[in-house]
Amino acid sequence: MSKTYDEQIPALRETQLQGSRRSFLKFGGATLATTGLLLSGCKEFIDLIPVDDVPGVKTVNLGKGDVGILNYALVLEQLEAAFYTLAVATPYNGISSEERVILDDLRQHEVVHREFLRAALGKDAIPTLAFDFSSINFGSRNSVLGAAKLFEDLGVAAYNGAGRLLKNPDFLLIAGKIVSVEGRHAAAIRSIFDEDPTSFAGSDILDDNALDRAFSPDTVLEMASGFIITKINANQLPKS
Amino acid sequence: MKINQLIDIYNLNEDVLQKATSRRDVFGKLGSLGKTLAMAAVPFGLAATAGTSSAYAQNTSTNTSLNFALLLEFLEAEFYVMGVESGVIPAGKEEHIFKLIRDHEVDHVEFLKVVLNSLGLDPIDKPEFDFTAGGNFDPFNDYNQFLALSQAFEDTGVRAYKGQATSLMRNGDLLTAALQIHSVEARHASEVRRLRGIKGWITGNERGVGMPAATQAIYDGEENVEQGGVDVTTITDIGNDGVTEAFDEPLNRHEVLAIAGLFLA
Repeated sequence: MSKTYDEQIPALRETQLQGSRRSFLKFGGATLATTGLLLSGCKEFIDLIPVDDVPGVKTVNLGKGDVGILNYALVLEQLEAAFYTLAVATPYNGISSEERVILDDLRQHEVVHREFLRAALGKDAIPTLAFDFSSINFGSRNSVLGAAKLFEDLGVAAYNGAGRLLKNPDFLLIAGKIVSVEGRHAAAIRSIFDEDPTSFAGSDILDDNALDRAFSPDTVLEMASGFIITKINANQLPKS
Repeated sequence: MKINQLIDIYNLNEDVLQKATSRRDVFGKLGSLGKTLAMAAVPFGLAATAGTSSAYAQNTSTNTSLNFALLLEFLEAEFYVMGVESGVIPAGKEEHIFKLIRDHEVDHVEFLKVVLNSLGLDPIDKPEFDFTAGGNFDPFNDYNQFLALSQAFEDTGVRAYKGQATSLMRNGDLLTAALQIHSVEARHASEVRRLRGIKGWITGNERGVGMPAATQAIYDGEENVEQGGVDVTTITDIGNDGVTEAFDEPLNRHEVLAIAGLFLA
């Protein structure tokens, strides 16, 4: 998980990526350009910002406006993608064929989300973050599925809470396209993990009006902080 | 509710709804109708930002979106109330699941009514539904058909709420609430799909094994791989199936009503 973005993607794919960015700009530029969220073929990513009072520890600034919110989503998608990549690479003891398929599907979807957001943000994208999954025992079904449940429910709550913070309707629509997939994931994980047949949309998650959760970025980042080594600065994110 | 009232409320093209609600050869039409509408309709996300600058227009837009959502929740709530009462659902796990979904949809109906009233807007009356779609289905005697229609309604609900999100952007509380319902519909959809033995997410435009051809309009467009102007398959090693599964696609009101209209009495 410590590999940089460029190390993870062979040169060929990087070439394709740059070509895609150009077409992104060409076909999607009309709307993307109005918010300054232009894509570039440039290889550089956002600079790490040193924190003066903690030598050696760097902080990633998510940025402001819609860019900040999309980077916030990218934090979560990086987290999920990294988690499922490990879970699939080292399957827990006694994993069933159904569980194997589900975890690999989730890995694929989260990688797609991560790569899409990274491409959409272009030079404004945060770099690859460092994660700490030491609290998860990847050999244990309970540990892996318990973490998956936490991440999927948190992802749903995060996108639900972030929708109102987006200004560009095109980005809201894309967030909507992603969040329902996270909801499908959450239900599937709960269905295979929990004994209670109603857990897929359980009363531990839904309120009295049968509404799912919606969390602010601060709440979500706090809940995820135990898994993220890289310091995140979310101070510039829109608050309302 | 009569179809002309729906037309008033949703400002619909009469011809579209008459086609959608015609019982004659209804299944043949549904499959092709969705495609026609998808090509003809302005994408909702773009339409919503145009011509809604006045307070009146905003209110009209909110009214339309919320009452449209209420119509779908009425449909789902009644379907599950009748399903649970009918005894078609096997006792045990599956009965627990559908009672929960029923409760959620009933809650959503009440919630939307409260929201509309709080905004000084009138909730529509519950329409009369015909879940046989003119004698073509028998969901309360045939459990497989009940499951198939359940999947159809939930997957439609996900696409419908998604299509309304941008029209609620000016009111953050309303948008958030709609998103909070949207993800619950997605949870339902995943569960019902898995009960039917298929994946909780939609691959390409596949409606899934055992789904009637008439439901294909609910899945048309889900094969999209272009997001924000880029073909996502070109920026990741994940293949086409995974890319299509990773994004759920919206439907606009016309497209949804063409589907839901089949079940209006």
